[in-house]
Amino acid sequence: MLLRELTEASGVSGNEKEVRDLIISEIKDYVSSFKIDRIGNIIAHKKGKSTGKKLMITAHMDEVGLIVTEIDNMGLLKFITVGGIDKRILVSKTVLVGKEKILGVIGAKPIHLQKKEERTKALNLDELYIDIGASTKEEAEEKINVGDYVLFSTKYTEFGDDLIKAKALDNRVGCSLLIDLVKEVEDIEFYAVFTVMEEVGLVGAGPAAYEVDPDIAIILEGTLCYDMPKLDTHLIPTYLNKGPAISLIDRTTIYNKEMRDKIVGIAEENNIPYQFRKTSMGGNDSGKIHIAKEGAVTTTISVPCRYIHSPVSVMSRKDYNNTFALLKAILSEFKREVL
Amino acid sequence: MDTKAFLELLCNENGVSGYESNLNPTIIKAFERYTDEIKVDKLGNVIALKKGKSLDSSNNIKIMIAAHMDEIGLMVADFEDNGFIRFTNIGGVDPRTILGQEVIVHGKEDLLGVIGSKPPHLQDPEEQDKAVKMEDMTIDIGLSKERVQELVNIGDTITINRKLQDLIGSRITAKALDDRAGIAAMLDCMKELNQINHEADIYFVSTVQEEVSMAGALVGAYNIDPDIGIAVDVGFGSTPELSKSKTLELGNGPGITLGGNIHPNLRKKLINVATEYNIPNQIEINAGPTGTDARVMQITREGIPSLVLSIPLKYMHTSVELVDMKDIKDTGKLLAFFIASITKESLEGLLCY
Repeated sequence: MLLRELTEASGVSGNEKEVRDLIISEIKDYVSSFKIDRIGNIIAHKKGKSTGKKLMITAHMDEVGLIVTEIDNMGLLKFITVGGIDKRILVSKTVLVGKEKILGVIGAKPIHLQKKEERTKALNLDELYIDIGASTKEEAEEKINVGDYVLFSTKYTEFGDDLIKAKALDNRVGCSLLIDLVKEVEDIEFYAVFTVMEEVGLVGAGPAAYEVDPDIAIILEGTLCYDMPKLDTHLIPTYLNKGPAISLIDRTTIYNKEMRDKIVGIAEENNIPYQFRKTSMGGNDSGKIHIAKEGAVTTTISVPCRYIHSPVSVMSRKDYNNTFALLKAILSEFKREVL
Repeated sequence: MDTKAFLELLCNENGVSGYESNLNPTIIKAFERYTDEIKVDKLGNVIALKKGKSLDSSNNIKIMIAAHMDEIGLMVADFEDNGFIRFTNIGGVDPRTILGQEVIVHGKEDLLGVIGSKPPHLQDPEEQDKAVKMEDMTIDIGLSKERVQELVNIGDTITINRKLQDLIGSRITAKALDDRAGIAAMLDCMKELNQINHEADIYFVSTVQEEVSMAGALVGAYNIDPDIGIAVDVGFGSTPELSKSKTLELGNGPGITLGGNIHPNLRKKLINVATEYNIPNQIEINAGPTGTDARVMQITREGIPSLVLSIPLKYMHTSVELVDMKDIKDTGKLLAFFIASITKESLEGLLCY
């Protein structure tokens, strides 16, 4: 599975090169043409039977992370977040800084020296810093520049009952699905688009959609999963192991119902489990794609991922396989001009 | 064995307070080369004796060095219907340091788990200002409740999944450097003592349960009944949020503690030895009983003159504790030269008030 390489690669929003290079090396022999556009998106074209409708399938390459804003006199690195990160998950973690991936730690005040009430408050971003082991500013400056991107240092690991733990499953899982589609699907014409900077405001998707100008777009994602114990079921956006999540509505798109019904029909016909994404929170590249030029019909199909936007997200390989099966079934219906 | 390689083995192993015996083989293997006998006592302390050379070796003075081998950690408390694990802490764990952490649940086998966090998309903005309580956290090991209960029992320990790693220069980061760094300093001390003569019998004790009760040092000191007890522990390294006066600078050598827990003349002697051999050191002030094994050694039996050496360590009780290997080496060196300076003849004068 390519997910190991994809999730361990560096691709904080605005700094997707490593992921982009990896994806290009995977798809280049399977597409008719590809290009990197002016802002870093990969736009690949796979020729095949034409249906008269232009289909674009997208996945964003970027991940949430940090960026160094200052090197202080003690050689410690101050930072801000890139994309939506709960500051509380940063404490007591290891990170990788800059191109050379210098190891650093985000520590915290020893519990012994805290007042009891301190422990009930979250540490603010301006109280946190990265320590690479330098003791002076000069020592740190030999290795680090202000503006260096910072990654979680999580390794890809398979665990439990066919689960995967990694950083950046949102959205390398989408990239992986799209790469697999490019490699496996024959004789169907579509555009495979890997976008930049989704996590900082759907930046890459607009120009990509403008260029491709699709009639139909399928957005592939790793989405919110919060199937916690003792939670009212209506508050659970998706479940692990219950198949691909089909989006209804989010903060950026009200999804086309006719399209959704067709996809549900395809899933049921092929005995592929599916679920609806039951929250209206979050958003994705569809927000820009469905309103580019004269507009497009979009659908978002996601692999549920627990604990996204943290150093350790978790997904199920079963969900991956079922999502891939659904996508292949959708594409063969597209070929039959049913979609 | 190379001290850093030894420390890496120690930190990567798990040994939450009360469950330290996993560390025994590593410690015994490294220590047996430099010591004369090793035993494990009833509570689990690993006691390695290096005999001194004096005219009457049957009546040597005794110095006990204590560094604790236990680490803080978590313990399985209950299981949820979906297989998630509820847990509690052993020792001082700041709940804010464990959210979003990878853990190893030490069940029938070691199982990887994740202390999950709520995705920010589903949170109210104010939510992020409040720390998540430990009782509201869960560990996801990716198995059904039935499978979890086959492999995990209530009471099993849990540690953070973290390996020792190099930072720049001679600094390293790991979990449990508190106080495996102290055990590494004992190894460095043994290596030094191999080159120099000493009269005293040295008891290198890797103690258990310091983080919860100091029970190991208590029974160890009772059993050994030493003339001098020295705790080798870690001290708060200097970071921006801590006041300079309460902390030690990394790379500037061990902290020598000064205060009620410490025998004043022995402490002066320690500083003199450091000066004589040009070993960097710094002063750490602690008015009353210290948070180290010396707290209990001092009041064992009819009382034992005690000292504390502190290896500067940043981010204590997080999973990213940080030390400078130079400080460990200097701690071992200072211990060794101090030990060599203590003779039966000089001891009585030193202990006089």
